[in-house]
Amino acid sequence: MRDFDYSAPTSVAEAVRLLNQSPGAGRPLAGGTDLIDQLRLGRHQPELVVDIKRIPELNVLELSSRGLRLGAAVPCSRIYSDAGIAQEYAALVDSARIIGGVQIQNRASVGGNLCNSGPAADSTPSLIALGARAVIAGPQGTREVPVEEFCTGPGKNVLHRGEVLVELRFPPRPANSGSHYRRFIPRNEMDIAVVSVGALVELDASGERIKSARIALGAVGPTPLFAREASSGLAGRSPTVETLTEAAQAAQAIATPIDDMRGTKEFRRHVTGVLVRRVLEECVQRARHPA
Amino acid sequence: MAKKRVVSTTINGKSIELLCEPRQTLLEVLRDNLDLTGTKEGCSNGNCGACTVLMNGRPVVSCLVLAMEAEGASLETIEGVAQGGDLDPIQQAFLENAALQCGICTPGFIMSTKALLTENPNPTEQEARFYLAGNLCRCTGYDKIIRAVLDSAQRRQAALAAERQHS
Repeated sequence: MRDFDYSAPTSVAEAVRLLNQSPGAGRPLAGGTDLIDQLRLGRHQPELVVDIKRIPELNVLELSSRGLRLGAAVPCSRIYSDAGIAQEYAALVDSARIIGGVQIQNRASVGGNLCNSGPAADSTPSLIALGARAVIAGPQGTREVPVEEFCTGPGKNVLHRGEVLVELRFPPRPANSGSHYRRFIPRNEMDIAVVSVGALVELDASGERIKSARIALGAVGPTPLFAREASSGLAGRSPTVETLTEAAQAAQAIATPIDDMRGTKEFRRHVTGVLVRRVLEECVQRARHPA
Repeated sequence: MAKKRVVSTTINGKSIELLCEPRQTLLEVLRDNLDLTGTKEGCSNGNCGACTVLMNGRPVVSCLVLAMEAEGASLETIEGVAQGGDLDPIQQAFLENAALQCGICTPGFIMSTKALLTENPNPTEQEARFYLAGNLCRCTGYDKIIRAVLDSAQRRQAALAAERQHS
C-alpha cells in the first residue's frame, strides 16, 4: 500500500484542523471497509488518514423523543443490535443488516456508506425515506444538508475539502407510520443491489388513508434518488393495490438506470416498479401492526 | 516515508507493543511482523473472510483494518483458540466432520463460528448460514462446514451442561 500518515484525533475541531493542514489530501477513516480497499487500489492517495472513531460525537447513538442521532462512525452492528431503533426506524435497520457480512457490519458505518456515495449504497435510500439530515463540520463551522441532496454523482458529494460528516439526525417517527428497505440481488446475501427501494408511509389514525410517504430508489441513477412525485402522489389516498401501483409507475419514471453486468436498463426499470409496490405494502403493514 | 509508530494492543490475552507503519494492515502485521500466520490472506479486499479475527470480541476482516487502529483493542486470532494442548470444541467438530478441504478458509470460519456461538449458542442452520455468509470456501465444502458448526454448538452445550453438573 502507498505510504500515508495516520492520526486519531479525539475532537471534531482537531479532525477538521488535521484534514485542512494536511499538505496533500487528508481522508477521514471510519470503518475502513471502502477506504482501505480504495487506498490499496490507489483510488485515493491521501498524505494523511484521519481516524475519526475516537471522537465522541461520531459515536453517538441516541434515540429520544426528539428523534435519532446517529454518529457518522457508528458501525451497522450497533444499529441493528438496538431494539428501540429497530422499532422506530425499521428501514435503517433493514439496511444495516444486509450491508456485507457480519465482519463488514462490525466495522462499516452508515455515515461512511453515505460519504462513499455509491449509487447502490444500501443505507442511503433508507436515510432519505426517513428524512435524515447530514450534519457536516468544516473550517467555517457546521452546516446541515438533507440526505437527498448529499450525493452529487457516483463517488461524489457535497463535502468540501476538509469537511467531515459528524452525524445523521432523524426526525421522530410519525404516529401510525412504517418504514422498510429492500433490494433485489441474485444471491441471498453479500451482494450489491441491482435495484433497491427504501420508503416510509404514514397513515391517518384510522389506518385506511395515507397521510404522507417518502420513497427513495437506489442503483437506478448516478445517485440514490428521492422519488418526490411518487411520494407526494400518495398523500390522502387509500393504500389500495391501484394506488401503490400508480406510485410504482411514478417512481419508474424518474429511474435512469444503466446496463451493466448486474442487470439491463429494462430489467432495472421493471424491478423498480415491483420493489416500490412491495416495499410500500410492507410499510403499510408495519404502520398498521407495529412489531 | 511516514514514521513507524508504536501500537499497544492485546493479542490472545497477551499485552504487546508493536512497531508498525501506518499503511500496514492488521493482517500484514499479524503475519509478517508477529509470525501469526494462522490468519490467512485470501482476497485482501474484504470479500472472502479468510483473514477474520476477533477485535473486542467481534469478527472483523483484518485486511480491512489498519494495524494502527488496534491501539487499545483486544484481538483474538486462530492461535488463541486451542487452550493449552486441547483443541476447542469448534476445532474438534471441524476435524471430525471433515469440514475442510484445502484449509485456507478454515481459520476464518472457526473465528466466525466462535463469535456466532457466543452471540447465539444454539443457531438454526439458516442462522448459521447467514452469519457465516462473509466467509467463503473456494473448495465449496459448505455442507460439511455447516454440519461442523451445528455440531460445535451441541458440543459446547453439552460441555456447559457437564460443567454445571460438576459444580
